[in-house]
Amino acid sequence: MTFLLRRIAFYLAAFITAATINFFLPRLMPGDPIEIMFASAGSELSLENLNALKLTFGFIDAPLHEQYLAYLKSVFTGDLGRSIKYFPLPVSELLGRALVWTLGLVGTATIVSFALGTILGIMAAWRRGKLFDSVVSLIAIFSSSVPAIVVSLILLFVFGYTLRWFPNGYAADPLLDPGLNWTYVSSVIYHGTLPMLTLVLVLTGGFAVTMRNNMINLLGEDYIVMGRAKGLSDSHVMLWYAARNALLPTVSSLAIAMGTVLGGSLIVEVVFNYPGLGNTLYQAILARDYPVIQGQLLIMTGAMLISNFVVDLSYLLLDPRLKKA
Amino acid sequence: MTLLKQLMSNRKAVVGLTLLILIILVAIFAPVLTEYSPVKRVGRPHQPPSWDHWLGTTRLGHDVFSRLVYGARVSLAVGFGAGLMITVVGTVLGIIAGYRGGVVDEVINFFTNMVLVVPNLPLLLVLAAFIGQASPLVIAIILGATSWAWGVRVTRAETLSIRQRDYIKSAEMLGEPAWRIMAFEIFPNLLSIVGINLIGSVIFAVIAEATLEFLGLGDPNTVSWGIMLFNAQNASALSVGAWWDLLSPCLALALLGLSLALLNFAIDEVANPRLRTGGMLKSWTRMVRLGEGKL
Repeated sequence: MTFLLRRIAFYLAAFITAATINFFLPRLMPGDPIEIMFASAGSELSLENLNALKLTFGFIDAPLHEQYLAYLKSVFTGDLGRSIKYFPLPVSELLGRALVWTLGLVGTATIVSFALGTILGIMAAWRRGKLFDSVVSLIAIFSSSVPAIVVSLILLFVFGYTLRWFPNGYAADPLLDPGLNWTYVSSVIYHGTLPMLTLVLVLTGGFAVTMRNNMINLLGEDYIVMGRAKGLSDSHVMLWYAARNALLPTVSSLAIAMGTVLGGSLIVEVVFNYPGLGNTLYQAILARDYPVIQGQLLIMTGAMLISNFVVDLSYLLLDPRLKKA
Repeated sequence: MTLLKQLMSNRKAVVGLTLLILIILVAIFAPVLTEYSPVKRVGRPHQPPSWDHWLGTTRLGHDVFSRLVYGARVSLAVGFGAGLMITVVGTVLGIIAGYRGGVVDEVINFFTNMVLVVPNLPLLLVLAAFIGQASPLVIAIILGATSWAWGVRVTRAETLSIRQRDYIKSAEMLGEPAWRIMAFEIFPNLLSIVGINLIGSVIFAVIAEATLEFLGLGDPNTVSWGIMLFNAQNASALSVGAWWDLLSPCLALALLGLSLALLNFAIDEVANPRLRTGGMLKSWTRMVRLGEGKL
């Protein structure tokens, strides 16, 4: 229990750090921070609206520490300000809509690549030094060196523009009404294939090598030899003796990989014009819509912390030693 | 020296190094390789590859090949500049935290963990957005300033195990000053980790720079692979069929990434021949580093 409480306290501190960066960054820039952030808004918004906008960013007539507290308060009450480009749409709503798509994309891609990478890693370790192992290593080198931006552009070129097998943009056919029917769902899957494939290609290699190396480390352990000596079948020793224990460090690499996954999805969404967080952010950058860019950092940090927390929880399940501690 | 010799007999290292040297040579001899200026209009817009323009022209009539070879300079400079900065900060803080222990360690470790859970790319985007049209130098500096945390964690963990060894104890008994122990007793034993950290950081920096520029946060007047991608994307290069405009910088990035990744795998294989027990940390951290390099 204390383990979890300490983690939660740490995550809270990390989130406040991200919020603090957001607060101080415009104030550290040379020039008038209000001018920087709201320059494009000034000409279009009424004074009253502009003041409301400034308020959520803590630009109040008070000393710095009170401004800071005011900003933290609005962040923790879920108020991330309003988009300048789509005024008066709240940033939280704009990002919330996009978050659904990103979570779907990122979630599926992570699960698929983690499962695929783990299985490849187990099999490569079991056939260490054989052809299968070399092929997996080769794939891993490619997968871990070619950036998402390159993979997505090449897939878009080959399957989107040249072969025309898959659409070049959107999360679903824009002519369809969203709903839980097969036409719409199949359209979502069809549109999501290339973005997901990119992420899977980029992620699988890393998971495979992590799992492979963990397995190889464990294969020399006494309990593996003992399992064999007992006359257990190869697949039983491989899965229930070696793989089960090798999975633990792999799970924690999953938590760190979340940053990569989220970052990767940013690029992939821009390339495939997918309506998730990444694309929203891209549009915000082009329009210098600072409240949206800053809200993005907080939402991404939140997502990262939650996934870390889930990994902590799964650690408790996978590693009984932690329960006692 | 033995490390170098072993590296030279590793196939991955030889291939990776050859590729890397080739790219560096292309960057150095850019003016010899092409007669065209990378910033001048030298042909009609969006011409396909031909004898005159090996990789075609951009929408603005720039020569793609010329931009590619000059752009290699920026990618390499940012990559190695930021990579070196990340590695130096990570190694120094990691050794200090691991060797000193106590409050110093607590403080460094806390900040490191904090930086690790704040996602890197969104943070970079916010920083770059406020700076606005960041030049390659500015991008290198913000990359260096925000990406050192992983290096600290790896170096600290390794230092913690090294400081227990007998030769460190005996150096302490002899009254060697702390800085000397850290610099001459501990650091040489971390060389393979530092090497992996350096190359991983270079990969990361090259890709991060290209990504930031692709997303429109770079200075559009720069000649770099990221800006080439940004311009090609803005010119809808793929939908008008000008694939050469977009795919050339893509392949260049992939090639540079591949050469560095090969080197990284090779160093790990040489430094870690049997993936012995205790090597788990190394192999794991290496993969995560590689993973971190991708955006």
